[in-house]
Amino acid sequence: MSLDTMVLLAILVMAAMNYLMRAAGFWVMAHVPLTRRKQLMLQALPGAIVAATVLPIVVRSGAAAGMAVAAAAGVMVVSGNSFLAVAVGVAAAALLRALGAAS
Amino acid sequence: MSASERGGTAAYWSWAGLIEGARLALPVMPGMVMFGAAFGALAAQKGLSLLEATLMSAVVYAGASQFVALEMWPEIATLGGIAVLGLVTATVNMRFILMTAALRPWFGTLPSWQSYPALFTITDPGWLIAMNYHAHGGRDASILVGSGLAFWLLWVGSVVPGYLLGALVNDQKAFGFDVIMPVFFVVMLVPLWRGARRAIPWAVAGGVALLVAALVPGWWFIIIGSVAGAIAGGFIDES
Repeated sequence: MSLDTMVLLAILVMAAMNYLMRAAGFWVMAHVPLTRRKQLMLQALPGAIVAATVLPIVVRSGAAAGMAVAAAAGVMVVSGNSFLAVAVGVAAAALLRALGAAS
Repeated sequence: MSASERGGTAAYWSWAGLIEGARLALPVMPGMVMFGAAFGALAAQKGLSLLEATLMSAVVYAGASQFVALEMWPEIATLGGIAVLGLVTATVNMRFILMTAALRPWFGTLPSWQSYPALFTITDPGWLIAMNYHAHGGRDASILVGSGLAFWLLWVGSVVPGYLLGALVNDQKAFGFDVIMPVFFVVMLVPLWRGARRAIPWAVAGGVALLVAALVPGWWFIIIGSVAGAIAGGFIDES
């Protein structure tokens, strides 16, 4: 159990930067008027962030990950149960890899 | 001023909301534990002490940037290195700016001394859970904090077994645990579906992100793709 001064400094700098990121958007939006257009932009954000994060990661991860995501989305549409959908997605990825069908 | 005078849009807190937030977080919990344990294992390989690894997870609380920091270990142990680490941390997690901007109409109705500490608990899955809840008319701010605190406990708690067990938690691919996060993200999109027209921004975001990921190294694809999608969303009127 040791705590190096430089390591502690690195951790604190990272913590400060991350909190700054977490607070900045919220702070900025208090100081710019919320027009109809900005409201629409903010409403589009959850879906946009998901698409921008997941699509490149799935393309990099290979076919099994892609099929797992598709299977989970299908289960979610049919059942509306997010726990079941994630479980099916994970099982699909494990199964496809075990079968060696895709990496 | 009552809630109805504010159009029923004011945020509030409740114990039941904290529990409900943690419950909505359940599907991601196995992924969160495996991700946190993997961080502990890598931290051990990189020569961090258990105290340092746990402290980083507790106060930084942002997985991607913690892994990137370990990639840069131990070369960062100089003042210049730490400055670079600060900049890299900011670029990896710049999407937080967009995420909390979207929280303003909801959390902005709370006093600052309540909303700003709550922002520390933001994670990608917790934010998505909260935005989904808000899109369906919910205004209880405890949903965000409940899921965020549950994730925080798991994130910090999983470092210790990961650190001690090491290689045991590194073979996540065989069990499919590595796909939990992308799978959950897409599952969270389903209740946000409002017809093909409102999904155009998602397509724009995904397309731009793919292009940027192919051309630019690093994590810029997330922020550039998301901004492109939001701009597209601003020009698609509800009709």
